[in-house]
Formats: sequence, C-alpha cells, structure tokens
Amino acid sequence: MLDALTHIGTLHYLLVAAILFLIGMIGVITRRNVMIIFMCIELMLSAVNLNLLAFSRLWGLHGQVFALFIAADAAAEAAVGLGILIAFFRNRTTVNVDEVDLLKW
Amino acid sequence: MTPVATPFFFYLISGIAIVSALVMITKVNPVHSALALIVTLLASAGLYLMLYAPFMAGVQIVLYAGGILVMFLFVMMLVNIEHLYVEKKWNRQSLLALLGALSLSGLVITALVRGAHTLPQHTIALEESTNTQGIGRLLYSATEGYYVFAFEVASVLLLVAVVGAVVMAKRRV
Repeated sequence: MLDALTHIGTLHYLLVAAILFLIGMIGVITRRNVMIIFMCIELMLSAVNLNLLAFSRLWGLHGQVFALFIAADAAAEAAVGLGILIAFFRNRTTVNVDEVDLLKW
Repeated sequence: MTPVATPFFFYLISGIAIVSALVMITKVNPVHSALALIVTLLASAGLYLMLYAPFMAGVQIVLYAGGILVMFLFVMMLVNIEHLYVEKKWNRQSLLALLGALSLSGLVITALVRGAHTLPQHTIALEESTNTQGIGRLLYSATEGYYVFAFEVASVLLLVAVVGAVVMAKRRV
C-alpha cells in the first residue's frame, strides 16, 4: 500500500489528470458565468494534455506532439469563444448563460 | 540518474493544482478565478517537467498562462462584473449536475485504478536535452515527420479562429 503511494507511476498522473478534468466538468455544468465556463474548458484541455504526456512517458514523443496540437486548439477555442462572449455581452449586457435561451430575436 | 524526492514534489505540485482548480470554480469574481487558473496551469507545467516534457512545459507557461489568460483578463475588462456579486452563483440544475459529475468521477477513478495493471511498467528514456529537437523532427522533418500535414492544418485552424474572433467581436460586419 505504501509502495503504491511512494512509487509514482503512470497511474498517479492519470488520476491527477482525471481529477482536474472532473473539476473542470463540474465547473462547466454548475456555474452561470460564461467566463468561468470558458476557464473550466481550458482546465479540461490542460488535464487531457497531462494524460497525453503521461502516456508519452511510456510510448515516446508522439504524445507530446499531440499535446502541442491540443494547446493550439485551446488557443483557437479561446479566441473564438471570447469573440462570442463579447458579442453576447453587447447584445444582452450580461454574462449569465441562463439568459441564453433564444437563438434569434 | 534518479530525480530527488519525486513523490514529495509530485504530491505537492498536484495538491497545488487541485486546490487552486477548486478555488477557481468556487470564486464569484472571474478575475480571482483567472488567477487561480494561472496557478493550476503553472502547477501542471511542473508536472510536465516531471514527465520529461520540458518543451510542453514551456509552451504551457507561455501559451496558457501568458497568452490565453491575458486574453481572458482583457475580455473581463470589457465586461461589467459588478452585478455578479448580487446574482446567484450556481445555476438552477447545479445540485443534479454535481451529483452526476460525482458519480462520473467515481466511475472514472474506479476504472483507472482497476485497469492500472494493464499499463506497461517500463518507461522510455526521454532525453531532456534533445526533447525539442525530437518534437521538431516529428513536426517538420521530410523523412521522419509524421505530423507535417497536421501541423499545416493546425495553422489554417488558427487563422480561421482569428478571423472568426474578429468577425464576431466586430460591431457590424
């Protein structure tokens, strides 16, 4: 039991990544502020990166290249998401996602 | 060469990451959340270093903590956040959502722990001194570049995202 705690292996990193991912998911589905929801999405992407890097420790550099692509994706997602957020705030003067219940008005 | 006190630093860094992630989803003010997210991302960069990925750790610090978070803070200055203190913080279905998320986390953690014996025990020797060269070869090299096309597609994706952000943030198209 103590041996499993003191010998840090792949499983430990996977568990940390899973916990971070689930914290991000709880934030996405329970918060109302759209900015915090975006931040939680970034946290989830970063947790996935941690997973990929933990596996790249076992199988070589390809996982790190995949993590790099996910980082580029996160940047693109943040740019588009914040653009949507500014447009939304200009129209409704709120950042509360519960107010987003109309596609057009 | 064995690293010094790896379990201690692993638990310290992952504890910092998890606690500041919890702080991030419980704060009312999004600026505080952004600062907590920076701490989480820097702690993950530390974990990346422990996994022999120094290039990704640098990318994490420069791109996430330096770039994306600055963009978040800029947008927060454009958006009025004072009324958030008088509004409800959690949405209507939050209790049900929390319950679902906790059961999912139980499922994921049980699956990981019970499936741990299928993970290979050996690790590959990842040289830190040639880490960046190795990633660069995989991305750009004519002979061993597996990801040249994917890299070009990612650059087009970033271009589309920048154009899309400008179009959506513009007052009139």
